[in-house]
Amino acid sequence: MSNLFDLLVAGLATGAIYALVAVGFTLLWQTSQTINFAQGEFVMLPAFLMLAAMHVGAPFWLAIILGILLSMILLGLAFKMLLVDPMMRHGVLPLAIATMALAIGIKEAVKQFFSAEASPFPSIVPTGDISVLGHAVSLQSIGVLVVAILAVFGLTTLLNRTSLGHQMQAAAQNPTVARIIGVPVERMILLTFLINAFLVALASLLITPIYLAKFSSGEVLGQAAFIAAIVGGFNQVRGAIAGGLLIGVLDNLAAAYVSTQYRAAVPMIFLIAVILFRPQGLLGRAEERTV
Amino acid sequence: MKSTLLVGALLTAITTTGAFAQTIKLADVAELSGGGATVGTNWKNGIDLAIEEINAKGGVLGRKLEVTHADSQSNPGVARAQVQKALDAEPYVLLGPGYSGSVKVTAPLAAEAGIAQIMGGEAAELTQAGNKFLFRTSFGQQSSMPKVAKYIHDDMKAKTVAVVWVNNDFGKGGRDVIIKDLEARGTKVVADLSTEAGQADFAADVGKIKAANPDAVFIYLNEEESARILKEIKRQGVTAPLMGETTLIGQKVIELAGDAANGARGHVGLTTDAPVDLIKGFRDRFNKKYNYVPDHNGLKGYLAVYMVKATTEKMGKVDPKAFADTLHGLTIKASEEPGILMDVTFDQNGDIDRQSFLVEVVDGKQLVKQVLPKLK
Repeated sequence: MSNLFDLLVAGLATGAIYALVAVGFTLLWQTSQTINFAQGEFVMLPAFLMLAAMHVGAPFWLAIILGILLSMILLGLAFKMLLVDPMMRHGVLPLAIATMALAIGIKEAVKQFFSAEASPFPSIVPTGDISVLGHAVSLQSIGVLVVAILAVFGLTTLLNRTSLGHQMQAAAQNPTVARIIGVPVERMILLTFLINAFLVALASLLITPIYLAKFSSGEVLGQAAFIAAIVGGFNQVRGAIAGGLLIGVLDNLAAAYVSTQYRAAVPMIFLIAVILFRPQGLLGRAEERTV
Repeated sequence: MKSTLLVGALLTAITTTGAFAQTIKLADVAELSGGGATVGTNWKNGIDLAIEEINAKGGVLGRKLEVTHADSQSNPGVARAQVQKALDAEPYVLLGPGYSGSVKVTAPLAAEAGIAQIMGGEAAELTQAGNKFLFRTSFGQQSSMPKVAKYIHDDMKAKTVAVVWVNNDFGKGGRDVIIKDLEARGTKVVADLSTEAGQADFAADVGKIKAANPDAVFIYLNEEESARILKEIKRQGVTAPLMGETTLIGQKVIELAGDAANGARGHVGLTTDAPVDLIKGFRDRFNKKYNYVPDHNGLKGYLAVYMVKATTEKMGKVDPKAFADTLHGLTIKASEEPGILMDVTFDQNGDIDRQSFLVEVVDGKQLVKQVLPKLK
């Protein structure tokens, strides 16, 4: 029983990170029909940007700020202007393929400039345990959960309670009408790219101390987050959050109770079931656009 | 210009006096470039140091040693071609390569030529194919795992153990040997956990270890995965002592895992930190000549040449055909041949038996805690 509790906590912590990444997936899809297959690499890169900043002498806190800012410039602004905008005109599929190419490019560049070997990455949460309901739970797991929940809470507040959020919703639901009523649609789309870049940088900061900084670490994450987004509902932020948590827990339970070899297959099988029986995702709604 | 003249003069002197015919020719094929460059360069430098020392003391049976170095580029295909080329020159003994994969493809060539091959590979299967010309310079898994099992049973006093291994040839090979040995000693394996190469998330695996509540945990993974599981073990607060082989307590793992590596113990076959005077002397001489401290591959290359010396002196003649037969079953004592650094025995498969070391990570540093005696 204590084993199950530990697995649930660990699964939720991993799932919270998947959720951050999956939310980014849905944001980009909703506002610009971009399926970003480089999303996993987007999570891998910020850690290396932070490491590079530390390498030139920046303290950890400054490296975090620099890493997040650089990520927003590279993975938000530059990604949109240099890749998404020119490719968008040619449809969803060419753009998706272009992001696959980008994924390979980022991976190989990191391998080239840093190394093919893993590097250690400091944790923002100190190691140690606290007792929850009589169980020892690591501070790291709790830290990851708390930061992820705060980020998601902040995002949903922005989207649902502010004028800016409402403009973003309008730009996603019906860009033409939004334009007519004076919503700066282009700026709203750019904003979602910047938010996505911020979320992946945050996910990078949380996951890298556990997974280590390595050029290939985005592969697993990108796939898990993609599955999470579809399972939850590709057109709903709350769907992506639920999907992320669910896949995190499912993955851990599968590794413990099914087998380590087949752990990666279990979320996939779940995905197939969802597509067959509830194609819009668990929380998604058919034929609707909203962020 | 001056040096060219000198070399020319020396060459003339050598060829005219016939000293060339008197040298014993060794051929080395090693990973001098590519991914294994550190391995191969250490190995080569160890060889060169040993040859320099031996020649300075008059050589082997009065004849000087001479070696040619060829680069395998860390590529089994290139290694095969280089070994074929080296064998065509009919060396006395073939040295290298260091990578098990390269050894695997070159060993049949040397065996066919009837030339003994002294190499650096550690995969268990290398010496299990019935090759009568292949010799190790370090432990294979079948030699190291029984030592680990003995330590877990006798010193850690573990009645139950969890075994975590990586699902590839390396991990499975080690797992099979240690589980058999642990059970033969009466230590019960309460969790037998296979993990994947490149696995990032070890939460579930460590959860299983926790649930099994073993007296000790044996971890046999590659370096990066070792670091990840050590962190997860610390995160989940597993308190059972951790035991591993060379990979668990390597410098890279300590760097990646940080303080999560503290307390982990491991068995190491060769280390320049060993509390053995002859090894310290080797380390100092190597450092003086090359200006850096070698890893275990430097030791392996050095030992390979002294294996040639001791075996040849035992035969009392330079006979490439009888070399392998003589080395099988031979015990070389450090008291008689200081260059061998520690007493060593070769069995009929070319595997070695030698004392080894129990290392513990203390404050982020490897500390040799205990010297484990030879098995026989």
